Amino acid sequence: MKEIRIFARAGQGAITSAIILALAAFEEGKHAFAFPHFGSERMGAPLNAYVRLGDKPIRSRSQVKEPDYVLVQDPTLLTGFNVADGLKPGGVVVVNSPEPPEALGLGLNHGRVVTVPASQIAQELLGRADRSNTPLLGAFAAATGEVGLDALREAVRQRFPGAAGEKNAQAIQRGYEFVKSKEAVS
Amino acid sequence: MRITTGCVAQPGTSQNYHTGSWRTGLKPRFLHVRCTACDLCPLACPDGCIYGNGRNTYYADLNYCKGCGICATVCPVDDIEMVPEEAPLLAATEEK
Amino acid sequence: MARRIMEGSRAVAEAVALCQPQVVAAYPITPQTHIVHELAQMVADGQVKMEFVNVESEHSAASVVLGASATGVRVFTSSSSQGLILMSEVLFNIAGMRLPVVLACVNRALSAPLNIWTDHQDSMAVRDAGILQFYSENAQEAADLTFLAYRVAEDHRVLLPAMVCLDGYVISHAWEVVDIPEAEQVDSYLPPFQPRYRLDPAHPLSMGMYAEPDKYIEARYMMQQAMERSVGIIQEAAHDFERAFGRPGPGLMEEYRTEDAETVLVAMGSIASTAKMVVDQRREAGERVGLLKLVAYRPFPGELLYQALKPARRVVVLDKAVSLGAQGPLGTELRALFLGRPRPPRISTFIVGLGGRDVTEAVINDALKKAGRGRHQGEFLDLRPDLELEGV
Repeated sequence: MKEIRIFARAGQGAITSAIILALAAFEEGKHAFAFPHFGSERMGAPLNAYVRLGDKPIRSRSQVKEPDYVLVQDPTLLTGFNVADGLKPGGVVVVNSPEPPEALGLGLNHGRVVTVPASQIAQELLGRADRSNTPLLGAFAAATGEVGLDALREAVRQRFPGAAGEKNAQAIQRGYEFVKSKEAVS
Repeated sequence: MRITTGCVAQPGTSQNYHTGSWRTGLKPRFLHVRCTACDLCPLACPDGCIYGNGRNTYYADLNYCKGCGICATVCPVDDIEMVPEEAPLLAATEEK
Repeated sequence: MARRIMEGSRAVAEAVALCQPQVVAAYPITPQTHIVHELAQMVADGQVKMEFVNVESEHSAASVVLGASATGVRVFTSSSSQGLILMSEVLFNIAGMRLPVVLACVNRALSAPLNIWTDHQDSMAVRDAGILQFYSENAQEAADLTFLAYRVAEDHRVLLPAMVCLDGYVISHAWEVVDIPEAEQVDSYLPPFQPRYRLDPAHPLSMGMYAEPDKYIEARYMMQQAMERSVGIIQEAAHDFERAFGRPGPGLMEEYRTEDAETVLVAMGSIASTAKMVVDQRREAGERVGLLKLVAYRPFPGELLYQALKPARRVVVLDKAVSLGAQGPLGTELRALFLGRPRPPRISTFIVGLGGRDVTEAVINDALKKAGRGRHQGEFLDLRPDLELEGV
């Protein structure tokens, strides 16, 4: 079982990210469990959403304390929160940032950091920088291989039928390709 | 006696319950002298046991009247008085 | 049968729609809102035919379903927390009038302090109303219990309202894989509602009549008898579930690896899921630990619980509610089962997870560790040592 913790601000679509990840994993025949640590959050308040993916039915319903993967949708959350807290050895932190990973100074000694300019991609394709969740998902798929690009694109089309789903599918692809191209270079 | 599921009762059971036995001494006497058919007495009666239609026609069904005296109090022309249980009612009323 | 991934609230809404209630009334309150939101959407989209009544409070919602049920139709309502306790005046009437209303309670803590997260204090506050109460472990069970709730509640040997409890957020707002049955399967399991009495202007009658001291206690006794009969009816419904849906469904309780268990955890709702993981870990470490997940809290299947727990040496009860001034309600009732019985197990009772405090494997392990020694009765677990509590 893999455990994922998402950091975002309310209104940035982190809960939708968790749902799309779960839908995509389910499409691929996995069991998935996605839930928000909901609060009485208002737009802009920091929040967490969690996803568990596995081959067997998922039992654990408590919050993810020791994630395999962390998604940071808003880089401003890197100050104030230790996003990599409890990260399992070999874990991956995927951050929405135009900076290269080493510039973030997360100083992980047992995991790696991947960055993707998700806000820029969202601005370009979706017309809104705060719709950075879908490019970040694409980057996650590329960096971890836990879920396929096609399944993610299909999941977002299913969740948002019509033009919105199509554009977000492109955003996922762009995030995915960005990470893949960096990997090819390094 | 039977208690049904949910304590369901058939209608009309309160008609079988003659609350007139609750009167403790006084009953209304309708004088039929100054009545204007204002219809206040049946409206005010808590038991709904006053009947009548038109001037000098009102009477109480003593099977249900509890003798509370509200009709006599509300009557604007003092045409109803409370009298002892054994007092005769007006002939006209008793015929009703 | 279609396995899909969906939100827990959606699973309950789809289950309700398959049961085809004719009247639904509810008032929004977090975290229950998604269920009736989904139902309202289905009605607006013309996918289901039911009368959706918008009301101005939970008291009114309960009153609407009371009246509608009295006319002899299947009904549904839903609430949480303060909304549920605002309904409570009407809920006692619904039960006393023996109306098989089905209600989803998305469990949430009670104020004050204001808290929107999950525990079982709200449904426990109305546990004595005469409502069947079922606690679900996950979205699948919440959906399955909805079918079972209608079937048992409407059985003429029972005729009591039923409450399907699901933990707020961790079930209601979580997305997971759920198997929603086909309409024909539900129809084969759940016969049309046949009211014993119904309000009809052509044949007037009164329900929930006045009962003086010469009759009231008998009316209550009749409800108690119906509750006791419902234990068998639930077993019957659980048995028929597999035949109708092709997979096992929920019943009174679930025993998980309790055979030969020396220590048995007892819990209700979503923490049973995490407790199963702990049981697996303990078993791997060679310890004989099991879990008894109680699904039906009302009726309280006392004799069956006694038989199931009798062989254990230790019983560890996790309550997600507290009866302030006493202990956890489940712990107290389980302890009472063994009074005057020979060689009772050592029973330790704990209060966990109030107001959404995460019940982790560590918390359950702590309960198991403590239960090995000392006396623990209604002990609060996982209290923060870093907080100064004035007056304590």
